Amino acid sequence: MIQLSVNGKVQSVEPGADVARLLQVLDLSGKRVAVERNGEIVPRSLYIGTRLAEGDALEIVVAVGGG
Amino acid sequence: MNAPTRLPEQAADPLVIGGRAYRSRLLIGTGKYRDFDETRRAVEASGAEIVTVAIRRTNIGQNANEPSLLDALPPSKFTILPNTAGCYSAEDAVRTLRLARELLDGHDLVKLEVLGDPDTLYPNVIETLKAAQTLVRDGFKVMVYTSDDPIVAKQLEDIGCVAVMPLASLIGSGMGILNPWNLQLIIANAKVPVVVDAGVGTASDAAVAMELGCDAVLMNTAVAKAQNPVLMAQAMRKAVEAGREAFLAGRMPKKLYSASPSSPAAGLISPKAA
Repeated sequence: MIQLSVNGKVQSVEPGADVARLLQVLDLSGKRVAVERNGEIVPRSLYIGTRLAEGDALEIVVAVGGG
Repeated sequence: MNAPTRLPEQAADPLVIGGRAYRSRLLIGTGKYRDFDETRRAVEASGAEIVTVAIRRTNIGQNANEPSLLDALPPSKFTILPNTAGCYSAEDAVRTLRLARELLDGHDLVKLEVLGDPDTLYPNVIETLKAAQTLVRDGFKVMVYTSDDPIVAKQLEDIGCVAVMPLASLIGSGMGILNPWNLQLIIANAKVPVVVDAGVGTASDAAVAMELGCDAVLMNTAVAKAQNPVLMAQAMRKAVEAGREAFLAGRMPKKLYSASPSSPAAGLISPKAA
């Protein structure tokens, strides 16, 4: 398994996993989220095929109430 | 009761922001409500077409079936205006809005706010100017929260922001319009819409903002933290409409030292001696 940081917390995924697989593991597939990997936006169209590497830092965000 | 008559003056008075026309001049924030149902009912009562949202980390491991804000307020029905609340640097604000653009399928109308400190939430105008430059260059349509400094407001407009949004008073304070003179200076010089953002406490504050000539009002806490948010949302809709109409109508001049009777002075049944 490789270790990632997801929203500041440690998360393990199998080697070779891509962003789509990570979202599946996190139960977020099909949800309206946006993903940033090491400071760069990962467009939705690239979830499949964007391979994750040991130590990657991911941010997964949603819209919440705010003014 | 007869339906209210729509006067010809009211027929076409859209608020145009970033090339798009809106009927409502009230923008509503979606924070601090009890639940999404109350949020939706308040937004509907307000008549708002533009609603602000915040961008936050998703809770990993939460119930996957938990309702989401954008189910209650679908982007197909409302213009969703993502904000940068909680950002204290230009870099964080830009990063947040790039995520927002991805989240909202390329939607480029955004609310920029870069705060100075957590106690006052007063805008850091230096970081705000920096972020605005980057975002405009990056193709965003930026509505920008700022202080009521007319020089800064003009600089933000010159950078290319599509609306400038000075505070009336501190965010969430409900203190109303503390400096109407500065707001008027901003309005007099602006060629983009001026939206009062923050500080409105009750309906009369919103009406005053519109009477001053603001193009719109953005509020959250005044509605969400009213005893009855849905009723207050409706009151705000009326206040913004009334204030706009009063502005368009042009108020009578104030006469400080002389009264003027509205009824004829002649023909009294017991004429006063001159």
